Amino acid sequence: MIQITALHKYYGSVHALDGLDMTVEAGTVYGFLGPNGAGKTTALRILTGLARPTAGRASVAGVDLVADGRVLSRRVGYLPEEPAFYPWMTPSELLDHLGRLHGLSSAERSRQTRELLDLVHMAEAGKRRIGGFSRGMRQRLGLAAALVHNPEVLLLDEPVSALDPLGRKEILDLIEDLRDQCTVLMSSHILADVERVCGVVGIIARGRMIIQSPREKLMESYARPAFEFETVDAASALRWADWLKVQPWAAAVRLEKVVVRITVNDIARARQELLASAVAQEIPLRRFEEVRPSLEDIFLQLTDRETTL
Amino acid sequence: MNFFIVLRKELMEQWRTKRLLVILAVMAIFGLISPLLAKLTPDLLKSIPDMPAGLADLIPEPTLTDAVLQYVKNLEQFGILLALLMSMGSVAQEKERGTAAMMLTHPLSRAAFLLAKFAALAVTFTLSLTVAALACWYYTLLLFEALPWDSFLALNGLMLVGFFVYIAATILCSTLVRSQGAAAGLAFGALVLIAGIGSLPRIGTYFPGQLFNWGVGLALGAADPAWPALWVSLGLIVTFLGIAWLVFRRQEL
Repeated sequence: MIQITALHKYYGSVHALDGLDMTVEAGTVYGFLGPNGAGKTTALRILTGLARPTAGRASVAGVDLVADGRVLSRRVGYLPEEPAFYPWMTPSELLDHLGRLHGLSSAERSRQTRELLDLVHMAEAGKRRIGGFSRGMRQRLGLAAALVHNPEVLLLDEPVSALDPLGRKEILDLIEDLRDQCTVLMSSHILADVERVCGVVGIIARGRMIIQSPREKLMESYARPAFEFETVDAASALRWADWLKVQPWAAAVRLEKVVVRITVNDIARARQELLASAVAQEIPLRRFEEVRPSLEDIFLQLTDRETTL
Repeated sequence: MNFFIVLRKELMEQWRTKRLLVILAVMAIFGLISPLLAKLTPDLLKSIPDMPAGLADLIPEPTLTDAVLQYVKNLEQFGILLALLMSMGSVAQEKERGTAAMMLTHPLSRAAFLLAKFAALAVTFTLSLTVAALACWYYTLLLFEALPWDSFLALNGLMLVGFFVYIAATILCSTLVRSQGAAAGLAFGALVLIAGIGSLPRIGTYFPGQLFNWGVGLALGAADPAWPALWVSLGLIVTFLGIAWLVFRRQEL
């Protein structure tokens, strides 16, 4: 459904995309992961026609991006990270206007406006001016705007970044439900969200695709065993993390206040030594747990961004 | 055609953001007070205390010519200023805010996007100038005598073409840059350039400023046609919008 081949994009001397390759099969929810500045937004902007590639090819639903942008816009829905609207408009007017652009009849526009506002839980705000909306409300409205023409492909740039936990859950459920209706390409830095809704994951760094794979396969292939500890105080956690990071069986150590997370190469040895070392160094533990490796662990491992403290 | 859908949105925007009302009010007020000022100015001057004896007798009685000149002078100044103020953010602001990117990911050509902006401003200025002209014509009738409606109509038509040149120039400036402030500075530079070249002895006869002089002549029955200025003005409108489109279609948003 989406095919990107050797895509390059320069902004002056900055090489935003460096030969990006990506394939998104029809009917999948594809999680597009990468650190800030990796090129996720640039790739999405190229797919919408808002930016042009310096070199390489990209097509969506069989339509070449450069060939006919207007044909493409009828088949693709796009939600930017910070959707912008005319502040004087109301959500109902906006969706009606977009429906007109897509050639919907009056009855279709009216039905679509009502259904989409219900879908994003904005029915009550339908007649209010967008100018007073919070960022979360604008993000919901942006999603409704992207869906107004029932697109075959939905491109979502950080779709839940501005939402509260409840709003995030609702929108993620909605994205999950869209799986049967369209192909979704969703960029996010919230790995738990991607882990939850995306069947396929692509990880990008420095403008290149590091890996793309079905999520389960990725977890099987790359996930290393991990342990998580919670100490009573931050000083103990730091002291212990310093010791752990130089152990040969430790692959990576991350510290968040009083929580130490360690990914290991040798699980048998780690099981033997971890608790023993905690006792030997008098680390006051509140919690000790062998945890399921997360997508975040794999992401950090693959993007060379593991914090070695 | 999507042009008319965007035009509808642009006109709604002008109404909701009160831009239409501002342009209408400013032009209507100057349409209304121009003949009044022409009528009252000599009386106001005569009423200045301690005026030297005999000087008051030298102040001429107001005429129809004064009313027309006052009208054209006021409308030219404020019309051009409004053209600049109302057009400077038309594209730059949408690029700055991200609304242009949002809209152009839907089936909307960049040509229709630009053209609708020009057309909406053209409709607003036409409507506003019509109201101003009616106000001026009525007050002139009350205070002086009836202006010949056909030549007064021609005067306003020529002024409109002049305004359209400045609107198109400002839309071009707004397309070239990303911020409203830069667009305003650039548009002001373009305004000075057009006015500056227009004031040159020979070449000036081909520039939009000549349309206003021609209009005054027509309204007062002493027409000195300036057809070249009309053709050049129409050409400038097409050229400015054409360049804006060529630039905009290549811009990344």
